[in-house]
Amino acid sequence: MNAARTLACVVLLLVCVVSFAAEWIAPSGYARQFRESPSSPPSRQHWLGTDEIGRDRFARVLYGTRISLLLAPAAALISTLLAAFVGGLAGYLGGIWLRLASGFTDLFLSLPWLFLLITVRALLPLNVSPLVSVLITFLILGLLGWAASARVLATSAQTLRSSDFVLQARAAGVRGFRVFLVHVLPNLKPVLYAQFWISIPVFILSEANLGILGLGVAEPLPSWGSLLREMEGMMSFRDEPWRLVPLLLLIVVMTSFQTLLSNESEEVAA
Amino acid sequence: MSRRAFLRFLLCILWLSTMAAAQNGGELRFCLRAEPKTFDPQRVDDDSSLTIRYLTGGVLARVNRQTQALEPELAVSWKISKDSRQITFKLRHGVSFSDGSPFSAEDVAYTMNRLMEPELHSSTGDAFRSGNSKVETRILAPDKVVVRFPNAIIGLDRLFDQVAIISSRASNKEFAVLGPFMIAEHKAGSRVLLKRNPNYWKKDAQGRQLPYLDSIRLDIQANRDVEVLRFRRGELDLINSIDTEYYDRLAASSPEVVHDAGPSLDTEFLWFNQVGNAPIPAHKRAWFRSANFRRAVSAAINRDDLSRVVYHGHAQSAIGPVSPANKFWFNSKLKPEPYRPGIAVERLQKEGFRLQNGVLHDKDGNIVEFSIVTNAGNKSRERMAVLIQEDLGRIGIKVNVVTLDFPSLIERIAQKFNYEAAILGFQNVDLDPLGQMNIWLSSAEDHAWNPQQKVPETAWEAEMDRLMRLQASVSDPKKRKAAFDRVQEIVAEQAPFIYLINKNALSAVSTSVEGASPVILHPQTYWNAERLTVHSTAQARQ
Repeated sequence: MNAARTLACVVLLLVCVVSFAAEWIAPSGYARQFRESPSSPPSRQHWLGTDEIGRDRFARVLYGTRISLLLAPAAALISTLLAAFVGGLAGYLGGIWLRLASGFTDLFLSLPWLFLLITVRALLPLNVSPLVSVLITFLILGLLGWAASARVLATSAQTLRSSDFVLQARAAGVRGFRVFLVHVLPNLKPVLYAQFWISIPVFILSEANLGILGLGVAEPLPSWGSLLREMEGMMSFRDEPWRLVPLLLLIVVMTSFQTLLSNESEEVAA
Repeated sequence: MSRRAFLRFLLCILWLSTMAAAQNGGELRFCLRAEPKTFDPQRVDDDSSLTIRYLTGGVLARVNRQTQALEPELAVSWKISKDSRQITFKLRHGVSFSDGSPFSAEDVAYTMNRLMEPELHSSTGDAFRSGNSKVETRILAPDKVVVRFPNAIIGLDRLFDQVAIISSRASNKEFAVLGPFMIAEHKAGSRVLLKRNPNYWKKDAQGRQLPYLDSIRLDIQANRDVEVLRFRRGELDLINSIDTEYYDRLAASSPEVVHDAGPSLDTEFLWFNQVGNAPIPAHKRAWFRSANFRRAVSAAINRDDLSRVVYHGHAQSAIGPVSPANKFWFNSKLKPEPYRPGIAVERLQKEGFRLQNGVLHDKDGNIVEFSIVTNAGNKSRERMAVLIQEDLGRIGIKVNVVTLDFPSLIERIAQKFNYEAAILGFQNVDLDPLGQMNIWLSSAEDHAWNPQQKVPETAWEAEMDRLMRLQASVSDPKKRKAAFDRVQEIVAEQAPFIYLINKNALSAVSTSVEGASPVILHPQTYWNAERLTVHSTAQARQ
């Protein structure tokens, strides 16, 4: 493990620990409104000041980070499993199945995902609690974000299909789905891991995009998307630099993920 | 050159430059938020085209944006018949179009006939439609014209504020105008340049030809951040309507450029879905149909906080459908619902609601929980919804805030009725309650809480129908006012719309602009464009 990767690991660990300890660290709840001091600058009571309706920005950054860091991997897991099922199985079966799956994946990739997300979200029931809404948001992201990974997995599974150990398994009398489960899927693990880790930052950014459009996690729950929306209309970075903290945190976390992933990819390639 | 001769020479130069400055009104620069859809004044249906029409079109009578009184323009006088079906205009003499052709009764007749053509689909013309028969125009003399409608039209004369007279003779009608400016250049997606109309009829009190300005440059710019940045850099002279956040930021750096004209006609409100066959649980429909429930919610909302926190004080607690800024039609007996959570709980108890461990239950034991939808991207509404969520939480009501993209929101609230409560706003441009018929009549499409009723489902809605029809059928302003005052009282008693705030009319005008006096009516800052001047030295300095 090189120094950059170690540093990235430490940063991610630190961010996770601090955000998961929000209850003890944050001076107040993320939803509490200090209506007498909206948009206030940092102070002893509010370390990063308050947002436009007087909520403690530091608390919201901590809770928002926790939500994004917790649910983005969950969405990544869903999408990777779907990708493994569709791509992996199609690649293993080959022939018409592979062509069908490739066509379906291409069709899915050609859809304008942002509009698809907005449409799917608009069709959902309205009367759901903020917690359920956040679960729904990431579930949708997971269900819609599998296509790119499926294509990679299909190619890998296709290669494995004609490998010696699969031929040996077949010769030994192993048949049908069992070959896929016992011999192909375990050998897809490195690719699955890579796809899982690659998907996490993608989903964090997708939620942030939705949040910026006001279509992400429901109020009063914070997320990086809703926190980044605060930067809309900023005319100068010098005026209120503390409002940049969510952006800086996003950059730091994304860079850490990318550093880890690039090293992971190098190791897989080696 | 002797010293005396040199001084004379200097004085002469100074005088000449002063005279030149007096005759040169400069160029006013501001932004349109979108490309104008049309330059045809009769097809105007969007804000950008409306701006062009206001600046280039000459009208028979104009509502003074400051006093809200109707004033003669191209017509020196007019008379409405007793049955409110006919209006006779006496026209101004010696007026010419920008192409030099003379203005006469023929142009008025041509304008009205074209405006009422069904194929034109003119929204301006729609305001004059009162029956199936044709609108008749008769030219009594070159300076006298009569327009007769099939049925009575109340508030007829004020409608002519929107009717720009077009030339009956000119081949390119959009470029023969009677207003202070004319279109000189249009670069699609970039800008529209208006130049002073050399034949404009109006002069100031000193006999100087109006308008003072040489030109107006309208840059097409949808992004408000960029608009504000350009204003700050001195590339724009005004921002007609500005958000609270931008207002405060500009006020912090240059307080002299921002203007708060006070409460506007725009209202923001919350309402509950009362549609009989709406896909919502029956017990929730019963809550929403209870006036006590609606009024309890109204009393539990802290409007002062909405104004102070969300609008930074640039808003006023709303009272009803008419803003206090509407001087004639506002019912001054009404007061805003004060923030009284105790009264809210009492009203709920009357309906059998009870608090258990801080959670409100109805008489059948159902937990009181509903969602409020609003349009995504409108930060003020989203923030109001979050504040209301907290306010209602204090009386045990659980609120879920949902933001939807606008088309999905409209589909839910106007077509499928698949929502529980909503926050939206009205941008009122019409002072007259006739413009609100589509909201208050129970059969109307925009009767948002329960639209298109075949017969009024409640006694108070039947009464509102009667009063709205009454005010639309009598010409006596006092009788109309009395009827509409009662409508406002019923709205306050029944709270079908829970009015939240009236936003203030905020604008920014550069110090280089002289003569600006922002008002609440559209167009707030350039309503007196013909009397504005821009000093180029100040422009450069800014």
